[in-house]
Amino acid sequence: MCAICGCDSATHSPAHQHEHPHEHAHAHPHDHDHDHEHEHDHDHDHGPSHMRDARPLRIIKLEQDVLLKNRLLAEHNRGWLAGRDIVALNLMSSPGSGKTTLLERTFRELGKELHFAVIEGDQQTSRDADRIAATGTPVTQINTGTGCHLDAAMVRDALRELSPPARSVVVIENVGNLVCPALFDLGEGARILVFSVTEGEDKPLKYPHMFRASDVLLINKIDLLPYVPFNLEQAIQYALQVNPRLRIFTLSALRGDGLAAWYDWLRGQAAGQPT
Amino acid sequence: MHELAITQAIVESVQERAEQAGGRRVTRVVIAIGRLSAVLPDAVRFCFELCTEDTLLAGARLIIEEPPAAARCRACGAQLVMRDPLELCGCGRSDLDWLSGDELQIREMEMI
Repeated sequence: MCAICGCDSATHSPAHQHEHPHEHAHAHPHDHDHDHEHEHDHDHDHGPSHMRDARPLRIIKLEQDVLLKNRLLAEHNRGWLAGRDIVALNLMSSPGSGKTTLLERTFRELGKELHFAVIEGDQQTSRDADRIAATGTPVTQINTGTGCHLDAAMVRDALRELSPPARSVVVIENVGNLVCPALFDLGEGARILVFSVTEGEDKPLKYPHMFRASDVLLINKIDLLPYVPFNLEQAIQYALQVNPRLRIFTLSALRGDGLAAWYDWLRGQAAGQPT
Repeated sequence: MHELAITQAIVESVQERAEQAGGRRVTRVVIAIGRLSAVLPDAVRFCFELCTEDTLLAGARLIIEEPPAAARCRACGAQLVMRDPLELCGCGRSDLDWLSGDELQIREMEMI
């Protein structure tokens, strides 16, 4: 496209305009039908004042992070949470990995000891929020509609609505999706990925970005190991290949296996220990 | 499809900048999508036309640079080119410090 007036002529380029003799011999067909708002009238009988007639083309170097706004909002959330001594955990997984079941049991068994509050993200319905509310835990639902992830602005608004007490643990249950949430910082203190044994042990290799973006991996539904072709050792090896710094817990939210270690980790988070 | 949200963020930032600078129309936008960024350039191209409708960017040309990815092995210190996020160091380790390739940047805009 022509860089001066935006017409379709390829010959009318900025490199060209300083070089050409000003009788303007190049073809500049006007077969395009879009409107020109600017004053450049295209008769091309001008002398050396070409650039003054044309609206000058300006190039602005930006080098700006595309997700800068989200990152700034996330940092704002982080400050808001830190000021209240609140730990926020971003809980992510594919749909159906057992996030809500794990939270229900965790709140029932640990709710007297730690103060929990939940931000529940789903595309539609408040079904998960209703399940959380039934445990007596304060919860705010975000419905993202067609959105496939939560972002920092949604979490900021939800935090205001939820108004969690100081020194509480806020669990942000992200939209079930193993791709998009990896890119959006919410201001959380740690990212927890739930991955269940019904999903296939090669998930870490198929969705490396999500495994890499996480701090903690919970391998859930291990009560089903006798019934599914899932190689636990291989799954852990794949997960550590993608992210050698992952903290891994194996558990069954339904039957209770491995929950003691998960609860200890939560206690540590609430006490301000590093992830 | 986080590319839609990513593209919206790009369009909003450029539109804002163009308005601040008194631009009438943005004719070209150059962005960088690193090979390890988890963003698909083709999906961004697809979304760009939709997202720029009725903005100063309508009709603007989108140029996507795809900078190559490099990493340093935390175990042996070697540098390597990353063709995908599962690349291993020659020493067999996977604990890599990504040096480049996860960029998601607006590099340049051109306007009148």
